[in-house]
Parts: sequence; structure tokens; C-alpha cells
Amino acid sequence: MSTRSLAKDQPASFAFNADYIAQAKRVIAKYPAGRQASAVIPLLDLAQRQEGWVTKPAIEEIAKILDMAPIRVLEVATFYTMFNLAPVGKTHVQICTSLPCWLRGSNDVVRACKEKLGIGMGEMTPDGSFSLGELECAGACVNAPVAQIGDDYFEDLDHASTGKLLDAFKRGEKPKAGPVIKRDSSAPAGDAITLTENPAPPQKQDFAAAKAAFEEAKAEAAAKAAAPKA
Amino acid sequence: MLADKDRIFTNLYGRHDWRLAGARARGDWDGTKEIMDMGPDWIIDEMKRSGLRGRGGAGFPTGLKWSFMPKTESDRPHYLVVNADEGEPGTCKDRDMLRFDPHKLVEGCLIASFAMRAHACYIYIRGEFYNEASNLQVAIDEAYAAGLIGDNACGSGWKFDLYLHRGAGAYICGEETALIESLEGKKGQPRLKPPFPAGVGLYGCPTTVNNVESIAVAPTILRRGASWFAGIGRPNNTGTKVFCISGNVNKPCNVEDAMSIPLKELIEKHAGGVRGGWDNLLGIIPGGASVPVLPKSICDTVLMDFDSLRDVKSGLGTAAVMVMDKSTDIVAAIARLSAFYKHESCGQCTPCREGTGWLARVMKRMVKGEATLGEIDTLEQVTYQIEGHTICALGDAAAWPVQGLIRHFRPELERRIREYRDAKVRDKAA
Repeated sequence: MSTRSLAKDQPASFAFNADYIAQAKRVIAKYPAGRQASAVIPLLDLAQRQEGWVTKPAIEEIAKILDMAPIRVLEVATFYTMFNLAPVGKTHVQICTSLPCWLRGSNDVVRACKEKLGIGMGEMTPDGSFSLGELECAGACVNAPVAQIGDDYFEDLDHASTGKLLDAFKRGEKPKAGPVIKRDSSAPAGDAITLTENPAPPQKQDFAAAKAAFEEAKAEAAAKAAAPKA
Repeated sequence: MLADKDRIFTNLYGRHDWRLAGARARGDWDGTKEIMDMGPDWIIDEMKRSGLRGRGGAGFPTGLKWSFMPKTESDRPHYLVVNADEGEPGTCKDRDMLRFDPHKLVEGCLIASFAMRAHACYIYIRGEFYNEASNLQVAIDEAYAAGLIGDNACGSGWKFDLYLHRGAGAYICGEETALIESLEGKKGQPRLKPPFPAGVGLYGCPTTVNNVESIAVAPTILRRGASWFAGIGRPNNTGTKVFCISGNVNKPCNVEDAMSIPLKELIEKHAGGVRGGWDNLLGIIPGGASVPVLPKSICDTVLMDFDSLRDVKSGLGTAAVMVMDKSTDIVAAIARLSAFYKHESCGQCTPCREGTGWLARVMKRMVKGEATLGEIDTLEQVTYQIEGHTICALGDAAAWPVQGLIRHFRPELERRIREYRDAKVRDKAA
């Protein structure tokens, strides 16, 4: 298991901004009355979106909002690895290094990041603009290797395209998410051999006939069950 | 090869409009009320007759699972929970359904919930799938606005609410009871079974947890008829399946094809073949990280379905095919998976918490050959001490890849150990 704990340096306080208070209310309303603890992950996510990371005061504030013991919120914050327990860079770059990405050169992608950003895994640039981390399977394996930057996936990377991608971020651009090579999402590169026809609605079965057959089978089964055993 | 007209996910690659208008043009939401009018018993019976086996990995018959829910409503509400916490290395099929065919899932949620007398459904999506979650939320909002779900879903009189819940990066939450714990706002640590979720699940209420693909295929199966679906594939392994082909192939891709397609045909036809040709193949992990690796000799002939992969001591799992060519360091590959399971163990059961760490450390040494020959047996023995001795299957999942490695690539492990030892002896002599 991965053991994680809170950062040593913590801010003095935390409060959701007005927009996030409204969002938090909408989230809490998704769950039955008295089950507001279900909103703990979404609220921690909101706190992270606001501050960039999950702080101790934020944990205490969320515990208050959800009427939970602070320790319960703390254990959730430390258990789920998407929660940054220390500040990360303005652009947080995570590289998937799991097997499918590794097979297609995630080591080269990691190397490109280290070269371009001048930092190692788990580190942040001195100006706080970039940080680098590792991701345990992004779930985009047929587009390996994959980098998650912010909320977006960048796919089918190699050493050169990773460098170019980071350069674009450095210039303050917002590159388009998805494959960096020429292909449609998870489709095989090159000419399509499946899904080439314009999709037409499928033929529906005869529901009346199906219902009749179902009732008949049910009656037969009932008769069988009612019949005295020979 | 499966004909396009028999494919369920006709927008798998996102080439068409994924929103309501586009989905309707492809046949989604067509006659949903007719299906609901057939009644819950018919729906469950039809699902049983289709032979659909759960697409999340275990392959449990979906219709049968639905039938375990109480037949009448009580003061405890019923819940359907959809497992969209996709994260088994190699697996990325649900992602395409979530972002490009979200209405298939939304419609499936309604029909499945209706069949199980549930008025509420939660979709638990992994936190990293932010853009996918955004698309799905749009689809949910569209369905509400069009009256397809809500107080009078599709005009059927059935009240149905659908909620999207984002996780936050824990592989273990793909285990159904860990997912329920997580949805309740706790650490994702699996629960002991029994009681099973159908009796005591979310908030202590009857709950069924299904994979995205199992739910998303349901409307099409019911629309076209169970016999259509059952006519594809082999008996006990019916229907179509979305395969994820990754690793050392020329054109990695997701593709929907018939169940029981030969593995070799799947790779050669859809993924452009193994890099360097079929003879350059070293081994394949056919069903996601947790199933044992197969050597080329088995890959030559094996069929991609539950039964034939079980017969060769592997599994279909999520049908995530990870291909490794002869340039692959197979020991390092399996060691990478061991590191994954060490990272993702929830820490609840001692054999898994300690065992996954132990496996990862020993596997790291095996990569270099820094071990004794006897340690291969010790390693194998430890995997059997983890397997079956934990609350959930993560312990098994950590054990199987190592077992597969020892079963099929033992000579490679021995060679490394001998070479490492010989090099040490030479260094000393010099």
C-alpha cells in the first residue's frame, strides 16, 4: 500500500469560495439525507481545485460541512492518491509508467520531462510552474504512453513529442488533449477496417411475440411445478 | 470478423455526435418504454437467455446477478451502482463508452434499475477520467431534460434518478464492495462477503454493482433480442466484446468483435500484427494485469473467451490484451505489475499488504538475477500463501502474474540467476 501523510507546512485557514460553496451544495444533494459523508471525495476535489492541494484546514472545514470526524476525512485524503497532500506546480505533469505505457516507451517520456523541466519525479520547479509525478495506469492503454497534465490526457507520446508538448505549456499555450499522432482516439492508426458504414439503428425484435413466448414458457413451468410428482 | 451491423458500440471512436441527437440517430432510446412495458421479469429472463457474462473481469452471468435482487420493494430502497472505476493496467474500453456512447450507458442504467426495482443509480467513475465524466454528465442532463429519466422516465411512470460520482485514484475501488465503501465516503477497503451487496450493499440497502460495458450493452440486447446476442461467439461465451490491444503491436486499438475470436486473428486483423511479425512474439497477457501471461505457443491457437483462456490457466478478465515482443524484458514487465499491486493494495489484509510488498522486492531482485535458484520456489510458494487468503481478489491478482511468469518463463529466471552468480565469481577472481 502507499503510505502518505500531510505536508509539514500548512496554511492557517481555509474557506470555500462562493462558487465552490454552491457546487458543494449541489454535490451533497446527490445523496440521501443523512448520507452526506458520501460527498467527501467530491468536496476534497473541490478544495484541491481551489487551492492546488489538500490542506489540513481544508480537511477540517470539510469535516465540519459534512458533520464527520476530522480523522475520517483525513483518512480519505491520505488513502486516495489523486489528492495532493503538498503543493504541486501550476502545471502538474503525471506520466503513466504502468506496463502498457512502459512497453511503448514511457521511460523515454519520463526522460524527456526530466530534461525539459530540470526536475526529478515528485519534484517541482523552483518557480512553482511545473511539477512531475508518476501515475499508476491512466486507463488509456491503447494510446500509450500517456501523460496526464491537469485534467487532460496526452497520448501516443514519445521523447520528441513530449518535449514539444512541454514547450507549448511553457509558452502558456493550451495544447489540444488526445493523441499527438494522427489517429482518431482509440481507433487503429491508418485506414479504418471497422465502423466504416454510417451507423444505422438496429432492427428491433417483435416485442409482442417475445412477450407471448415468455408468458407461455412461464405458464408451462408453473403447470410443471403444480403437477404431482410421478 | 464481426459485421458493422452487429456492433453495439457504433461510435466507439468518437467519429459521430455523442450527444442525444446523435445517439438517437444510432438507435439509442428507441422503444425504451416498450422494453420497460415488457416488465422486470421479462427483462431479466431475456438477459439470462442472452448469455451475457459480466464484462468487468469475473464473467458472472449478468441476468442471474440481477435476479438476486429482492423481487419487491421494501422500506430499504434498491440501488444500481455502475462500476466505471476502470484502471486495471491494459484496460481502457469503458473510457470510450463513457465519452463517445454515454447514452447507451444512461439508457442501460434506466432499464437495469427498472428490472431490479431501483429508483436510483450511481455511476462511480475514476477521478482521472475528468473529460469522460464531463461528457457523461452532459448525457445525463440531456436525458433528464428530454424526460427520458427523472420522475416519469420515458413516460413509463417509473421514477428514476441517475447520479455521477467521481473517485480519486484508487484501483481497489474497482472491487465492488470497496467501491460501495468509497461511495459512502470511506477509504476503499473491501467488505467481507457475505452479506452480498444484493442483500446489504450501499447504505445497507440491496445493491447490484455492474461494469459499464455490461450495462451499456443491455439496451441493444433487449432491443434486438437475446437470440441475436447469444448467436455470436460460443455457448457460455456469447456476444460481442470490446477488446483493448496494447503493447508491442503495430496499431494498438480498441475494437469490438465477436467473443471467442482467435487471439492471433484479433491481433493480426485489428492491431496490425505484432511488431516484427507474429514470430517475434514473446508472450501475451490476455485479460488485464491480473491474469497470467501466456507464451507464444499458446497464443498461436487460443480463443479469446472465458472458457478457453481459463483452460490454459489464464483468464479473459477485462479482455485487455497486452502484447510483448521478443525485445521485452519479461521479468521486468512482471516486476512492474508487482510494483503496481504493492502500490494499490489497500492495506487491510496482512497477506496482501505484506505479500505484495514482498513480491515486489523479490521481483526487483529477480530482474537482475540477484537471487538463489531456490528462491524461485519460495517466490511461487509465497504467491500461493497470498492467493485465496484475503478478503478481495487483489491478493489473487498480485499472485497470478508472478505464477504465470514462473510457469512459462522459469528458464529465463534461472538463466539470470546463474549469470549474476557467475559474474560475481568472476569479479572476485579478478
